[in-house]
Amino acid sequence: MNTRKIAYFLLREAGIGVALVALCTVFAFAAPRFASPINFTNIMTQISINTAIAVGMTFVILLGGIDLSVGSVLALASIAAGLVITSKALDTRAAIVLAIAASVGVGMVCGLFNGAVTERWKIHSFIVTLGMMNIARGAALQVSNSRTIFNFPEAFNAFGTLTIIGVPIIFVIALCLILVGNFFLRRTVFGRMIYAIGNNEESVRLSGHNTSIYKLAAYVICGGTVGIAAIMYMLRLNISSPILGVGFELNAIAAVVIGGTSMSGGKGSLTGTFLGACIMGVLNNGLLLIGLGDFARQIVTGAVIILAVILDVYRNRLSRRLSSTMGA
Amino acid sequence: MGGTLNENILELEGISLNFPGVRALSSIDLDIRSGEAHILLGENGAGKSSLVKILCGIHRPDSGRMRYKGAAYAPQSPLDAIRAGIRVVYQEFNLLSYLSVAENIFFERLPSRAGVVDFGRMNQGAKLVLESVGLDVSPRTPVELLGVAQMQLLEIAKALSGDSSVLILDEPTATLTPKEIGKLFAIIRKLKAKGVTIIYISHRLKEIFDIGDRVTVLRNGTKVATREIGEVTIPDIVKMMVGREMSSEYPFRDDVKRGPVILDVRGLKRVGNPHAVSFRLREGEILGISGLVGSGRTEMVRALFGADPKVDGEIYLRGRKTRISSPHDAVESGICLLTEDRKSQGLILDMACSVNITLPALRKVSRAGLLDFKAEREAAESLVKELGIRTPSVAQWTRHLSGGNQQKVVLAKWLFREAQVLVLDEPTRGIDVGAKYEIYYLLWKLAEAGKGIIIVSSDLPELLGVCHRILVISDGKLTADIDRASFDQERVLSHAYQEYLGEGRKQ
Repeated sequence: MNTRKIAYFLLREAGIGVALVALCTVFAFAAPRFASPINFTNIMTQISINTAIAVGMTFVILLGGIDLSVGSVLALASIAAGLVITSKALDTRAAIVLAIAASVGVGMVCGLFNGAVTERWKIHSFIVTLGMMNIARGAALQVSNSRTIFNFPEAFNAFGTLTIIGVPIIFVIALCLILVGNFFLRRTVFGRMIYAIGNNEESVRLSGHNTSIYKLAAYVICGGTVGIAAIMYMLRLNISSPILGVGFELNAIAAVVIGGTSMSGGKGSLTGTFLGACIMGVLNNGLLLIGLGDFARQIVTGAVIILAVILDVYRNRLSRRLSSTMGA
Repeated sequence: MGGTLNENILELEGISLNFPGVRALSSIDLDIRSGEAHILLGENGAGKSSLVKILCGIHRPDSGRMRYKGAAYAPQSPLDAIRAGIRVVYQEFNLLSYLSVAENIFFERLPSRAGVVDFGRMNQGAKLVLESVGLDVSPRTPVELLGVAQMQLLEIAKALSGDSSVLILDEPTATLTPKEIGKLFAIIRKLKAKGVTIIYISHRLKEIFDIGDRVTVLRNGTKVATREIGEVTIPDIVKMMVGREMSSEYPFRDDVKRGPVILDVRGLKRVGNPHAVSFRLREGEILGISGLVGSGRTEMVRALFGADPKVDGEIYLRGRKTRISSPHDAVESGICLLTEDRKSQGLILDMACSVNITLPALRKVSRAGLLDFKAEREAAESLVKELGIRTPSVAQWTRHLSGGNQQKVVLAKWLFREAQVLVLDEPTRGIDVGAKYEIYYLLWKLAEAGKGIIIVSSDLPELLGVCHRILVISDGKLTADIDRASFDQERVLSHAYQEYLGEGRKQ
């Protein structure tokens, strides 16, 4: 009984943690520069934005959907924020606050569109968000005249370089998103509904719930986290550009999947997603340090994603078996 | 019938099959004679389907042996069974609706030339097969354009297209009209004449005397007996199936008195059915809805519950007009539906019992949107105890519970939601007798507490045994409203068939 419980725990979440530790250990030996404070700070900076996007993506994937538009929406949100923050008509503080609001707002509106079209016409989110991917990218290029925006206020740029006991501020933001998201998924009625709908939407509907509202909310949350990720990007690079975020959707989806969230919905967690993002980051960084080129790294990352999904198949099979013989 | 000369085409010896927590079949011995029509009978959950699934290679028995045409037979997959010449026509259709009739028939082995489908040869072949079952449609017709009876015949045609020696028919007449049933029986006789062995599963006791040679009755996963059809009568068979006298199986409580009208349905009309349905339900009343499969019973209650769109009609709850256009509206106003298919529509299989039970009323175990896990566990535990749900803990996934316990979890959901009108669609299908009785007992307790209960069921003895009143639906039309004093099986059945018999025959 006890060993089963441990096996179950290892399978569900700790397994990814163990993989992460193993990966770090290997790199620590293979690349001398890997296990240094500076490098860890590097990794944290590198994975922050992907982590933030993956938080929103987890909500959508838990519902059995997907959001391919996150990279483009990030660009559009950053342009909106960039235009506001560089506006001469506003004083610095107001400009920063409004820029954040604009970025998050743009993200949420895009998410609302994704969710509303998906739900109203029962179209797969793959197609709807593929459309939004183009719309948002085009809008970003149009609005910005395909120019990069810079010359942000000093205060804003300075905030981006802030560290808290060596931890970069954007990583702190990403962690906060994980924690808040996790709280919502685990502790609230809203989170319960996300898991329930992801498992069996029809049962939830016939239990007397309006499932559309929850699904809409998930897309809006996803858009919102993308808006926050756009601000994080601006803090890091001190620019806004309509060509930011190309391919980000794939990295976010990879983090979610490596983190053990099922693409068919209903199973997974944000702790998993966070560990998934860490694995992606450590892998990228470590492979670079041992001298692997860009191309080879892409191959390895791709293989890891596929491996993670295969493992997930076994994990689901096993957890189904284990859960039948224990009460927890 | 001196069948002793016939040799056995199939011999089963000590076949057992276990599912987690359930013994589906225990040590079944069965001989099927070559060229006979062997009837397989038993209540829901008696093990008929499990036996069929073993014969056609879907399940592998945990113990026991099978011999087919004198050689050991142990199919590892449905394909093995098909290759051996054993084909099944299932209750549910396995047709590809966008493909043509001919393509469906030859789907497993499309005639081809150099890798390209030979449509000429395929359509020609299909024509012959269709003629053999008397199905008069063009081989090029897309299956989605066929009627239900035509699909049933197409399934049979498909099964016959190969060289099948054994044809298993699982409730083939459930969706057919009497005229079509007659046609089907003619085909079965023709097949028998050609030497095809038929294994026939049905709930309709009368029809088995028309085509059967021998009958085997299963009960709770064991074989009761195999008899020549000429040696038995319907009461004999019923006794074998139920295992005791029928009347004792259903509790009816005279002491529960019916109160004022709680639900008043006026002119309920759903999409695709021209008939409006009106009826009233009283507090403390258990109302049965009877009718043949496909008569529109399920569709009617789903429309009432707002699960499917309705065209017209008004619903009054305790005299107040109530708008119900979604399950959300229905549940909000206290009308709850226990659906026909508990696994895909009633439960979340991969979530805990407690999660399932509290799902319709999370408000009761949360504050300001925050879940109170302790309150949730306690609420679930008390319902698990009250309903006698057998589970190691409320954290157990509902997937791992037996059918009866799963159904009780769905009931617990609606108890937790404090349903005022509880509609149950086939609440005891596939559930063992013990759990059935517990469910009836519970329904009576709810009735006693003044709730209104509606039971939709294909099991007529169940409705006759449990209900105050029975409504009969025939082809979407409400054809009778019978009170307990005038309950009679024949009467209900004749009303159930009424709309399928054409003109006349009205009382």
